[in-house]
Amino acid sequence: MDRVMFFFFFLNGLTSAMTLFIIASGLTLIFGVLGILNLAHGSLFMLGAYFAFQFTYWLGSFWWALIIAPLVCAGVGIILERFLLRPVYGIHITFQLLLTFGIILLVTDIVRFFWGVAYYTVSEPEMLMGALPMLGAGYPRYNLFVILMGILVGLAIWFLLTKTKVGKMVRAASSDKEVANGLGINVPQLYAVVFAFGAFLAGLAGVLAAPLRSIMLELDVHTIIEAFAVVVIGGLGSIPGALLGSLLLGQLNAFGIFYFSRFEMAFMYVLMAIILIIRPRGLFGEEVA
Amino acid sequence: MGTGKWVGVFAALNIRSKLFWIIIAILALALIPFYLGDFLVVFVTEMLIMALFAISLNLLFGYTGLLSFGHAAYFSVGAYTTGLFLLRVSPSLPLAFLLAIILATLSAWIIGFFCVRLDEIYFAMLTLAFGMMVHTILWKWDSLTGGADGLVGIPRPILNFFGLKIGLSSITNYYYFTLIIVGICIFILWVIVNSPFGLILKSIRENHERVEFVGISMRRYRLFSFAISGCFCGVAGALFAPFEMSIAPDIAFWTKSAEPVFMSLLGGMRIFVGPAVGAAIYMYLKEIISGYTELWMIYLGAVLIGFVIFLPGGIVGFIHRKLYAVGEETP
Amino acid sequence: MNTGINILETRGLRKHFGDLAAVAGVDLNFGEGELTAVIGPNGAGKTTFFNLVTGKLKPTAGKVYFRGRDITGLTPYQIARKGISRIFQITNLFPELTVYENIRVAVLSKMKETAKMLTFDRNLKRANDETDRILDTIGLSDKGNYLCGVISHGDQRLVETGVALAIDPVLLLLDEPTGGMGPEETDEMVKFIRGLIEKQDITILLVEHDMSVVFSIAERIVVMHQGEIIADGKPYEIKADKGVREAYLGEE
Repeated sequence: MDRVMFFFFFLNGLTSAMTLFIIASGLTLIFGVLGILNLAHGSLFMLGAYFAFQFTYWLGSFWWALIIAPLVCAGVGIILERFLLRPVYGIHITFQLLLTFGIILLVTDIVRFFWGVAYYTVSEPEMLMGALPMLGAGYPRYNLFVILMGILVGLAIWFLLTKTKVGKMVRAASSDKEVANGLGINVPQLYAVVFAFGAFLAGLAGVLAAPLRSIMLELDVHTIIEAFAVVVIGGLGSIPGALLGSLLLGQLNAFGIFYFSRFEMAFMYVLMAIILIIRPRGLFGEEVA
Repeated sequence: MGTGKWVGVFAALNIRSKLFWIIIAILALALIPFYLGDFLVVFVTEMLIMALFAISLNLLFGYTGLLSFGHAAYFSVGAYTTGLFLLRVSPSLPLAFLLAIILATLSAWIIGFFCVRLDEIYFAMLTLAFGMMVHTILWKWDSLTGGADGLVGIPRPILNFFGLKIGLSSITNYYYFTLIIVGICIFILWVIVNSPFGLILKSIRENHERVEFVGISMRRYRLFSFAISGCFCGVAGALFAPFEMSIAPDIAFWTKSAEPVFMSLLGGMRIFVGPAVGAAIYMYLKEIISGYTELWMIYLGAVLIGFVIFLPGGIVGFIHRKLYAVGEETP
Repeated sequence: MNTGINILETRGLRKHFGDLAAVAGVDLNFGEGELTAVIGPNGAGKTTFFNLVTGKLKPTAGKVYFRGRDITGLTPYQIARKGISRIFQITNLFPELTVYENIRVAVLSKMKETAKMLTFDRNLKRANDETDRILDTIGLSDKGNYLCGVISHGDQRLVETGVALAIDPVLLLLDEPTGGMGPEETDEMVKFIRGLIEKQDITILLVEHDMSVVFSIAERIVVMHQGEIIADGKPYEIKADKGVREAYLGEE
């Protein structure tokens, strides 16, 4: 493979890494603060993708979809958290997993009700169509945009968590809920905010990913696996971990097909398994008892 | 004829007596082909297979306290081994089953070895990872497994039973075959659950740290549970392949591992027959709802959510509490 | 009654958590049949010491010998099999199993019947007899069918002790057995422990905060403070020791 092609593959890896990072950071944040491993996170991603199609169709512009869809997903997240998750915070994690699995079933069929089983596509906005001349060839503008968005989102999360009051509360709550309560933080409200933000991120990832692939019903259960892999490898609850994990898997995705042949998909699972066996806490996670 | 005998008969007919219900169930199942049409016989056959799958998984889930998202892998190993053997090696069903059971148990043993060191979420994640590895292999190894299309045209062989030739292609015959195998397996599992080993599993569920301090290797017993569970899931898979006559890699996808867990929750995971009842309810609901709308998953999802929030002990758990007023005593 | 055989010995035992030395170099030995109380203020390292001996924690340095054999670094279940048993400071049972079943798990382990999968548990006569016997010893024969999660705290401590005894240990570590008990229950527990020492060749180590308990049954007292042993001797010696009083008894 010549160097230019290698670089372009690398950029491909970055592109998929960025959408993965956005969804995975939401997942890991929700786990870190609420202690819930949200199986339905892929469903929120899927909703984002379908909304991308729908809002672009209705409002004529992908940009509107990019702004509105994640907000709608955040709204869905608020509803889910308030009515379905809040009743079960105290119970065993097993039941929480089953509950979020139930949510997957609900959302899948609601999506099917409105959009049917057909595949949908949405194109990137005109401004980002085509290729940017680069290194004697051209690379898709939209991909570069996605990479940029990923970096922006990463910075935004970093800023929110370290520099804002809410962010500090979030970090306090994720390390020790009782301490947080004692400090006068309204924990239920904080949970709602964090979950909504996580849902926002999932929706955003869905919108960004929409022009890059077909929009279809199986997105939820396939995406959640990838997100899990990232979060496990990076460490549950760790945002830097999510970044590293998604970069790794992004590159695996990009180069895997080239080097590893048909079973490249399995390598994601192999990597996940290796981490869980050797270092369950992941690359950046906290010590597992 | 003294009144004593009649008292005995009435005692046996006591609606609280478990034996009463077991006898009723066995009779009802044995006579199914006589009062239900073909479509329903097929339906009940599938229900029996799923019941075995759910009860096997529940050994690990409800009794040992470990939630696996990857046991569809062993079901699939059982199914694919049987299918491949019947299609490409020989139409001998006993041999196919034997090989299927061996491979399913072996894979469960190997995978379980790594998984049982972990707890809760990490355990679930690792079982998920391994389960999806199996799925990928089944999907991508075209030459062996038929790839995305899977195996088609799996035969229903003729069973050579001590000289008696029984064809299994008829719906009724395959039903009875399934009923007998499932019955045997469920009986074995029932004995296991009520054995000393079964009590140890329950104690691991209740307090996996504490068992070590009384001299029990928690990992070793978890592994036994994992492997036995995988073994019987493999039997369910082995029954599934000739039943459906065609199988595809989707039976190894992680959502298929969640289904039997869902069934256990519905029926009740702390009670032996719970998962079987859950399987029946689940499939029945799916069938009924599908009759009205394509959107059966909404309702099933709602049911699942409702049960987690309101009735985590499942239906049988609920009935059990009402009938036996379980509080401080155990029946 | 000390028969002179060394049951437990620790040499230079240390456990560090980061900068904190929870156990900072402990050299002790205990003879067969002794009943020793380990006392000290909160955070002195008593429970950490128990955790090191029973394998719940691995030492940062030092060694543990049981009956002359090195057991340092073994897993809890291996150590339990060798004959060391313990109860926990916070009741640590199997809540949704009955009292009977709780004890039975330990009995099955002792009799090595745990791998029997194809027989009914209730058919194991030896295990049945032994479980009944232990239930009787702790005085809970009539409460066998109650779930452990719903019985009184005092009864739970008794079950906890019964489970520990059921594996027929040579060395028994009791971590605050009377924790949370009222005066009558405490008396019962004291009588029970005294009974154990008199009847069997068992060696007992006892962590206790209740000084009346300590002084009524201990033959020897070891005082820990900030991870180290600051006193070790007969009860009357300890009572008189000024250093101990400063560190600890002064708090009472």
